[in-house]
Amino acid sequence: MDHLPFIAASYMLGVLIPGGFAIAAFLRVGTARRRLAAIDPRANRPGARSRRGGVS
Amino acid sequence: MRLSGALVPWLAAGALVLTAIGLVWGLFFAPADWQQGDAVRIMYIHVPAAWLASAGYAALALCSAISLVWRHPLADLAAVEIGPVGAGFTALCLATGSLWGKPMWGAWWVWDARLTSVLVLFFIYLGHIALVRAFDDPVRGYRAGAILALIGAVDLPIIKFSVDWWNTLHQPDTITLTGAPHMYIGMLWPLLFSTLGYTLAFAAIVLTRTRAAVMERRIRGLLMARAAAQEQG
Repeated sequence: MDHLPFIAASYMLGVLIPGGFAIAAFLRVGTARRRLAAIDPRANRPGARSRRGGVS
Repeated sequence: MRLSGALVPWLAAGALVLTAIGLVWGLFFAPADWQQGDAVRIMYIHVPAAWLASAGYAALALCSAISLVWRHPLADLAAVEIGPVGAGFTALCLATGSLWGKPMWGAWWVWDARLTSVLVLFFIYLGHIALVRAFDDPVRGYRAGAILALIGAVDLPIIKFSVDWWNTLHQPDTITLTGAPHMYIGMLWPLLFSTLGYTLAFAAIVLTRTRAAVMERRIRGLLMARAAAQEQG
């Protein structure tokens, strides 16, 4: 395969950049969910998460 | 919130499967180009990133228009959350374009109309990210960001038609909505898979970030209400 370093660098970036965003978003929503549950116990009720998390 | 919570796992799973198929197919099974050799395989990253740089900005401008016209708070949050993701994909487009340009053109960068207009888009994204966070009052930040986003949307047709309006080193569009693609089918299919996969990934990331932003706003509201109650008590 010719130009291998350029291809490898492109594929590395193509995995790392979207992957980094995805992991960061996943961790952020988990942290927000835990903080919300700690502040507002009603958010822990089954089915209450989506209702309590609505835009205020 | 309920809809996005149900959608995200499906979007993420679809993104993983389709992107993996597209990239593995493009890297190992698609043919090399008769002129460019194996460097053409960078296309399976570069083209989806370029598409999402523009499509992401179009979504940002749409959310900004909804925010300005209807003052919908979810549109504000979505616009704020699209900005960094769109900037990331624009950076990916510029970086992979540079990695493709060096072996093909002999230069990492040329001040070509297509490359320059995409670089301008990247700066508009950065400007939007900075502007929405520059005010103590978030609503003023959202309004200023929305106006910038709508003004910046003028760059989208410039990017699209730059290869037609000017003599550019960058090649003209290979795939258009109006005509048959000028591409071998064995290259087109992996490109479609990776483009669809990255698009689903973009949607999943933006939805997840927006869900987190909604919860964070709720947390701030609860903490402020609690502090106000303590002051009164």
